[in-house]
Amino acid sequence: MAYSKKLLDHYENPRNIGSLDKNDDGVGTGLVGAPACGDVMKLQIKVGEDGIIEDAKFKTFGCGSAIASSSLITEWVKGKSIDDAAEIKNSEIAQHLALPPVKIHCSVLAEDAIKAAVSDYKVKQGAGEKKIKAAE
Amino acid sequence: MGKNTNKGGNGAAKPRWNKNSPLYLDYQATTPTDPRVVEAMAPYWTEKFGNPHSRNHHFGWEAEEAVAKARAQVASLIGANAKEVIFTSGATESNNLALKGVGLFYKEKKNHIITCLTEHKCVLDTCRHLEQDGFEVTYLPVRKNGLIDLRDLQAAFTESTSLVSIMGVNNEIGVIQPLKEIGALCRQRKIFFHTDCAQAIGKIPLDVEDMNIDLMSISGHKTYGPMGIGALYVRRRPRVRLVAMINGGGQERGMRSGTLPSPLCVGLGAACAIAEKEMGAETERLRLLRDRFYEAITRRLTEVYLNGDLEHRIPGNLNFSFAFVEGEGLMMGVKELAVSSGSACTSASLEPSYVLRALGVDVELAHTSLRIGFGRFTSMEDVDFAVERIAGEVERLREMSPLWEMAQEGIDLKSIEWADH
Ligand SMILES: Cc1ncc(COP(=O)(O)O)c(C=O)c1O
Ligand code: FES
Repeated sequence: MAYSKKLLDHYENPRNIGSLDKNDDGVGTGLVGAPACGDVMKLQIKVGEDGIIEDAKFKTFGCGSAIASSSLITEWVKGKSIDDAAEIKNSEIAQHLALPPVKIHCSVLAEDAIKAAVSDYKVKQGAGEKKIKAAE
Repeated sequence: MGKNTNKGGNGAAKPRWNKNSPLYLDYQATTPTDPRVVEAMAPYWTEKFGNPHSRNHHFGWEAEEAVAKARAQVASLIGANAKEVIFTSGATESNNLALKGVGLFYKEKKNHIITCLTEHKCVLDTCRHLEQDGFEVTYLPVRKNGLIDLRDLQAAFTESTSLVSIMGVNNEIGVIQPLKEIGALCRQRKIFFHTDCAQAIGKIPLDVEDMNIDLMSISGHKTYGPMGIGALYVRRRPRVRLVAMINGGGQERGMRSGTLPSPLCVGLGAACAIAEKEMGAETERLRLLRDRFYEAITRRLTEVYLNGDLEHRIPGNLNFSFAFVEGEGLMMGVKELAVSSGSACTSASLEPSYVLRALGVDVELAHTSLRIGFGRFTSMEDVDFAVERIAGEVERLREMSPLWEMAQEGIDLKSIEWADH
């Protein structure tokens, strides 16, 4: 199986590896997959006051396609609003990296991860607002 | 750098590798044909092209003689008589012929077969077919080290057991089953003993008399011979009878019809002759390579687990789980090396290796496994190069692994409720 140049580039020079402080209210964390399935993706976003994603970081346990998919999505979400980021489709990732059919699920994982990170962020904000209200 | 230098590991001339191809460390998948074998085969494609079954002219006689010599070379390696060696297309066919052939011949009186969970797919799949045809099959478990427990074997024997089929050496983890002990138990009970020795031939000493083996499967391409040829040893005294799977002109004592491919037979024979001569020294040489690899990789990395027994193992195989690094991701990183993985991501079924699962290896760890196979053309500098590449890549991928990070933080991964997907 020959992988595309773009995929190999993301695998060999992954962008945005790392972690953000998961206890920071402005950070949303998505942890998807399972070690027993052979793939786990952690994707974190740092969201500004204006709802725009300022930074994104990932760590992935998985095949090369999973690593490349997560690297790519961190690039794509930076500068996007959280709602636009949650709209990213796995098919766009699969197409961009020219994933072979058996690797499509690796891109699904990336889509799930960003959705989970956005929803974690929203939950935190909701909880934060409640805290403020309670304090008032 | 250790990339496919043309200095053969043991001084033997190496096959001519393409300089840009990766370093081959997958000797359990197949082995390169030894240049000496290729040389021995060459005339049988061209000027000595006769049909070995043509009884009435020079070309036939010449080919027949070559096939007879090859048969004797195969027999000699396993302590058999040449008349007991049947040429086949490979170990898959040999295993099919042994299991179905013996099974069907004795079916009226005995319809029970004993085999093991870690056998090669071609044994397991054949057994599944026999089950559909009304046979009873017992699949013995293995212990954590990959070896069967002889007490399990004894407990599985019944009045209707006709055949026991246990492999010599496992293709994924290289462990050596106790053939002599199994053979003795089977002989006591007058049950035939078949062993798939595709990975064992030329790697460990085999003697069908001493080990009480009744049938043995052999493959050419796993032992520096050509692909597309193998053999089945079928004992004559006490006689093992079987139903042929391929009918026709009655070649190979009626057990396997079809014109013998004389160049391939010559190649298998030559491969066996070389193995017989060089096995002792080669085993020692490979053990040094293996030990060096093992020590270097475990010194450099933590959380590395060897799958399968180290002692009862051919020296040409190592199978490690590199915890927290997924096997296929790792293989992609070490693209200068040709290795293989038991990770699900490499398989069409998306299931991790059934062999590792049978040893009781956690699914999580099965996903992180890498099989490294050394052989005749592997040199010490190849080993150093491979250790360096693998260790470097494991370190890089661990820095990228959320599981490694969690483990470093002291989080018990088993305590987390992972979402199914
Ligand atoms: C243990 C074992 N048995 C059987 C086979 C099949 O051999 P062949 O390729 O000669 O059919 C293999 C090779 O994959 C093997 O490793
Ligand atoms: S992570 Fe398993 S196939 Fe991609």
